[in-house]
Formats: sequence, C-alpha cells, structure tokens
Amino acid sequence: MSDIHTTVDAKGLSCPMPIVKTAQAVKNVPAGELVEVLATDPGSVKDFAAWTRSTGNAIVEQTEADGVYRFVIKRA
Amino acid sequence: MDEKPLAIVLFSGTDDKLNAAAVMASGAAALGRRVHIFLQYWALDAFRADRIEDDHGLAPEAGAAGKAAVDALRAEGQAPWYETLAMAKELGGVEIMACSLSMDVLRITEDDLHELVDGTEGVTAFYLAADDAQLLFI
Repeated sequence: MSDIHTTVDAKGLSCPMPIVKTAQAVKNVPAGELVEVLATDPGSVKDFAAWTRSTGNAIVEQTEADGVYRFVIKRA
Repeated sequence: MDEKPLAIVLFSGTDDKLNAAAVMASGAAALGRRVHIFLQYWALDAFRADRIEDDHGLAPEAGAAGKAAVDALRAEGQAPWYETLAMAKELGGVEIMACSLSMDVLRITEDDLHELVDGTEGVTAFYLAADDAQLLFI
C-alpha cells in the first residue's frame, strides 16, 4: 500500500460537507494516489459508497473508531 | 461525467430552505452533475449583496424548537448556505440565474445581486437549460 497523498479532515462537518471537501481535494490528487478522509457524519458511510460508485474512485480501506469514520480512497 | 443534470427552482427565502437547496446543489456538484439554479421571488431577494448574510428566518413549521436546533448547528460552525453554494461553484458546473420577472417584481437590478449569481434569464431560457435535468422546486 502506498502512502497517503492527502488527508481530508471532515470531522464535525454535516452532510454534504465531507463529500464536497473530498470532491474538492481529489481534484488536486494525481490518479492512483490515496486520499484519507476522516468524518463523523453517520451518513458518510452510504454517501462515500455512492460517491465512489458514481465517480469511479475506489474505497480501498474503511474503518470506524470512537465515532470517527476513516475512508481511504484511491483516485481514479 | 455523464451524470444527469440537476435543475432547482429556488423560490423560498428562509435560511432553512436556502440551506436545503445549497445541500442538494453541492451534493450533485460533488457527483460531477451540472446544476442550474433559477432564483425566484424571496429566494432572489435573499441573494441581494447587502442582505445575503442577514438572518432570513425559518419556515413557519420550524417553531421555537426548530429554531433552537438550527441555532445550535450554526454555533457549532456549520457553514451558512451561501458558503455551501460558493463551495459547490468551486467544484464547477454550477450556474445560478435570477428570474427576470422576479427582478421586475422586486425592483432588483443585477448590480444589487451577490456575485454568486451568474446572470438573469426568463423562464424559456430556464427550460432550455433544464431540458434533460432532474427538476426540484424549493
């Protein structure tokens, strides 16, 4: 697994900010690189699944600890 | 991306409905969907450059408890609707147009409007722009 290129800290932000901030961040990330997202919005689990399906980016890792969801997304 | 565009007729001028529209628009923009927003009546009034940051109140059904919940979210630093819309525009593909009839009714000129608004159009131009789009009325 290669290193994280960019981290998006969306903790404490309500829907749709975790997705919006991630969509902004991936614009500046080269294809194939990894973006880490930290979010506390419980809707983000379904939202990131839908967003990656629609945009072609891939969730390569997904964990939850103490109410913080962590997604590692591979830029398409 | 070839996602279906979203068209929003934004009529309401209270902060809760403006925020709902901003959330729908920014979510669509994040998916790579084009978004076309048509501002009518009280929504258009809320986009006046000198009033956009004012408290525009909430829909009547909010009541005191609803207002307290919204105020608490604001105190936690939730972005106001116009900042959410600005972020959606940064993502690209989001166009915000003023309804020319509403401009006449409210005696608003383009100089009165916030820079988030891209221009003025009539209902015919709106329908052409929204031709293949999913349509929301808020």
